[in-house]
Amino acid sequence: MVAAAEPLIRVENLVKHFGTTGGGTGRGRSRHGRAGRHPGAIRAVDGVSFELYRGETLGVVGESGCGKSTLAKLLMLAERPTAGRAYLEGRDMLKMSGAELRRLRRRVQMVMQDPYTSLNPRMTVGDIVGEPYEIHPDAAPRGDRRRLVQQLLEYVGLNPEHINRYPHQFSGGQRQRVGIARALALRPEVIICDEPVSALDVSIQAQVINLLERLQAEFGLSYIFIAHDLSVVRHISDRVAVMYLGKFVEVGTEAQIYARPTHPYTQALLSAVPVPDPDARAWRDIIRLEGDVPSPADPPSGCRFRTRCWRPRERCATEEPPLAMRAADPHPSACHFAELRHGASRW
Amino acid sequence: MSERQLGERGGAAPPVRIRIASSAGLPGIAPRDGEPDAGPPRGLAGDAWYDLRRKPIFWVAVTLVLLFLVMATVPRVYTSISPTVCDLSRSQNPPSGQHWFGTDLQGCDVYARTIYGARASILVGVLSTLVSGVLALVVGMVAGYYGGWIDALLTRIIDIVLGIPLLLAAIVLSRSFGTRDLGIWPVVLVLGVLGWTTGARVVRSCVISAKQQDYVQAARMLGAGNRRIMFRHILPNAVAPFIVVLTIALGVFIATEATLSFLGVGLRPPTISWGDDISVAQGRFYQAPWPLLFPAGFLALTVVAFSMLGESVREAFDPRLR
Amino acid sequence: MTGLYSPPPKTGSGSAQAAMTGPYSPPPQTGSGSAQAAMTAMVAAPLLDVRDLALQFHTRDGVATVLNGVSYHLDPAEVLAVLGESGSGKSVTAHAIMGILDTPPARITGGEILYQGQDLLRMPESARRRFRGREIGMIFQDALSALNPVFSVGFQIAEAVRLGEGTSRADARKRAVELMDLVRIPGARQRVGEYPHQFSGGMRQRIMIAMALAQRPKVLIADEPTTALDVTVQAQIMDLLAELRRDLGMAMILITHDLGVVADVADRIVVMYAGRIVEQADVYQLYRTPGHPYTRGLLASVPRLNGKGAPLATIPGLPPSLTKIPTGCPFHPRCPYARDVCRSTVPPRVPLGIGRYSACHFAREVADGRRG
Repeated sequence: MVAAAEPLIRVENLVKHFGTTGGGTGRGRSRHGRAGRHPGAIRAVDGVSFELYRGETLGVVGESGCGKSTLAKLLMLAERPTAGRAYLEGRDMLKMSGAELRRLRRRVQMVMQDPYTSLNPRMTVGDIVGEPYEIHPDAAPRGDRRRLVQQLLEYVGLNPEHINRYPHQFSGGQRQRVGIARALALRPEVIICDEPVSALDVSIQAQVINLLERLQAEFGLSYIFIAHDLSVVRHISDRVAVMYLGKFVEVGTEAQIYARPTHPYTQALLSAVPVPDPDARAWRDIIRLEGDVPSPADPPSGCRFRTRCWRPRERCATEEPPLAMRAADPHPSACHFAELRHGASRW
Repeated sequence: MSERQLGERGGAAPPVRIRIASSAGLPGIAPRDGEPDAGPPRGLAGDAWYDLRRKPIFWVAVTLVLLFLVMATVPRVYTSISPTVCDLSRSQNPPSGQHWFGTDLQGCDVYARTIYGARASILVGVLSTLVSGVLALVVGMVAGYYGGWIDALLTRIIDIVLGIPLLLAAIVLSRSFGTRDLGIWPVVLVLGVLGWTTGARVVRSCVISAKQQDYVQAARMLGAGNRRIMFRHILPNAVAPFIVVLTIALGVFIATEATLSFLGVGLRPPTISWGDDISVAQGRFYQAPWPLLFPAGFLALTVVAFSMLGESVREAFDPRLR
Repeated sequence: MTGLYSPPPKTGSGSAQAAMTGPYSPPPQTGSGSAQAAMTAMVAAPLLDVRDLALQFHTRDGVATVLNGVSYHLDPAEVLAVLGESGSGKSVTAHAIMGILDTPPARITGGEILYQGQDLLRMPESARRRFRGREIGMIFQDALSALNPVFSVGFQIAEAVRLGEGTSRADARKRAVELMDLVRIPGARQRVGEYPHQFSGGMRQRIMIAMALAQRPKVLIADEPTTALDVTVQAQIMDLLAELRRDLGMAMILITHDLGVVADVADRIVVMYAGRIVEQADVYQLYRTPGHPYTRGLLASVPRLNGKGAPLATIPGLPPSLTKIPTGCPFHPRCPYARDVCRSTVPPRVPLGIGRYSACHFAREVADGRRG
């Protein structure tokens, strides 16, 4: 899967700071309550670098307020980054404009979290899925569009005869399928999925995950799959990045992150995921993190995780650990004292 | 979030979440959702219409509004008596078989004058609503969509216009036109130019909230331009509350016109208007109340009819009840 | 239907729970906690007993049958999980117990809710109010909207205290601080005057728990208490709830869709689907040998943390519209075991051991793990 030498997308040191009044990172702004005492920009994304290869799924996990949704918006050019670069096959996405930007839109698409607000309630499903063709008329000749839309509906498991229905006539899972069909319309190479299943019921969630996997195989898509649910991310991802307070703290293959995590945050996250098996009560060893995520407007010095870390040392407060290869396991981890956690590999 | 409320299609939204999804049945892979009885396509407007059809108050309002509209366009349907042919010998006759609403001081038929008075009142209402509606839509859209300093400037202008006393403006305007008979236009101008602020505020706030919706973001990410976003995504979602504001404004304009005419700064003879007639009749209210009561009653009924219409439409479109 | 209702049997873990309450200090409001526990063990009278509850919503699309003969009971000091997806009726049942349904559109069409033998549904509102908060407390998913933004959290907790006990303002405030300490809000004394928006999601949920505990209820209903929270915070809140429940000797109804959370804390589980209870079992039995095809499907469709694996097993289709619930077994259109009898006949409760049943015609086959 990780075959092509050149990455499809390469992101270098992407930074997004929001002013104190404007913008926001969605929910989980001004946590901690003491906001206002330290006025400063909200560092939603604070130096993120990664590569996405053709046909692979990069999972991004993190808690609310960690900046993962802002990262999605930056990649969709819905927000301008404060600093950093992002390349699509070597060309700087952030410098694109005009016709080049329009071509970029056709190659990179997005599926949003909330199936209830992401579809215009006054447009029929056919209009919604067909809108990409109206915006990019050269993508499909006018006469073919209705047929293409019906085909898309069929791809995502909806009845093509429902083309004239309105979003509110569908359930959440079906609406999410409409959103996926819209994202597919222009035959993109990359789809950024921002919490695409977190608003759905368990049984429906499984259907949509399977759909995304099937479409990936059929169309050779690359996904950036952003979610807070670690089980879902493991299921769909080839590589996983763990995000905390605007930074990636650990990146690796799905097996590395889930079986051999070396960052204490990743270890704590994984240990806290409830296991759907009551027998697990006997052997689960939850690392209990204290308190809440600090405000992104005033991140701790040194390692950002140190205030909640379960094995902090003095060095953590003074020196920021780089995301680098560690001796414990051959994958990047942003911890001075990266080490495997023994006897807890049974999740 | 994962669940929609029952109120999705009518009824007050309960605090508990119930899904009334109307279709079902898609197997896990590839297949489709094959339940045939999910019903025909039905937009939000269709839903609103469905609600409205069931409301007696809506039908009462519609009937009244229609009656008044016909009265304004072809008054002859209601009466064959001319409102301007008056007979002083029949001054201040009480209601009778011949003169249903009696006659006024001049001996004119009050029924005929009341019927003919509808035209001016309703025309003023409709025209001022149009003028103010266009202003409100343009200002509200531009302010809400572009934001920033444009919004700040336009909001300031709205505040200033809101600060101008209507009565003062009407008096000034009516004086500046002197004695020339310009019919209803000065009043339309005053009402239209001063009455758009509420509408503009409603449009502005609707546009601002629609602008932040995920579906607008989604359209942007598809590469949609400003024009498409404004007219395809924002306007259709802002227009329902706006129409409602207009219907209510219509009633208010009619009442305001009557007030201005009553005070002598609105319509004046030879234009027949309810406000003017009420004004003339008030001096002799104790001797002959009918020349005042009937136009006043019609005026009240018109205003109530338009407000009821606006109110029931608002309820039908209110997303919180949806 | 009442005949079908099986008397609440003491399952193994149930009595273990009863025994566990022993060492902890008796809850102050009962006076004789240990005596009560002893009585419970002998008589095994449920604390709360929902019998055959039926409820409808009148909607524009017709009458939605939201609850259709829901029965479950709660023993003292146990944790009962009510598991179901949206629209299953799990929250509505809780709202009916609390008496906070919006009527209309909701209308209770049958059944009873017995609290220590008294039927809450046949009580005048004034009498019922005394049970709310004092006997049964409730916490909600969305703590931010459940708290009033214009009052300080201390004031809101104090109000909850005063509602129950009519204590003086100063005492209530003191107790508010105690309660905030109890739910482990750091620096409670300093933060008692702060407003809800100044707290993080997890802290707000703690404040709600403090309010629910203000009148020392015997039953705590937790409606998706951690759904809006992050994993690490979720773990903190679930720990807190488990601990408080043990220390205060409360019984708890945990309403959730999260199979992981249930596996962690529940003693017993009822599974709801389309307004009915489809399965009731001890937590270990339910996860090991699910006795209803729906439960089975749910367990199979959860992505696991321990492997990437093949495509997820899914339950085909969607939950039914509550205005058009299928005839017979409501799950039959999505069920791999479905046969003709499922389309025509509502399945009875098939007992699958002590305190365990499944509303499926083929419950034994399902529990034995035979494929549909």
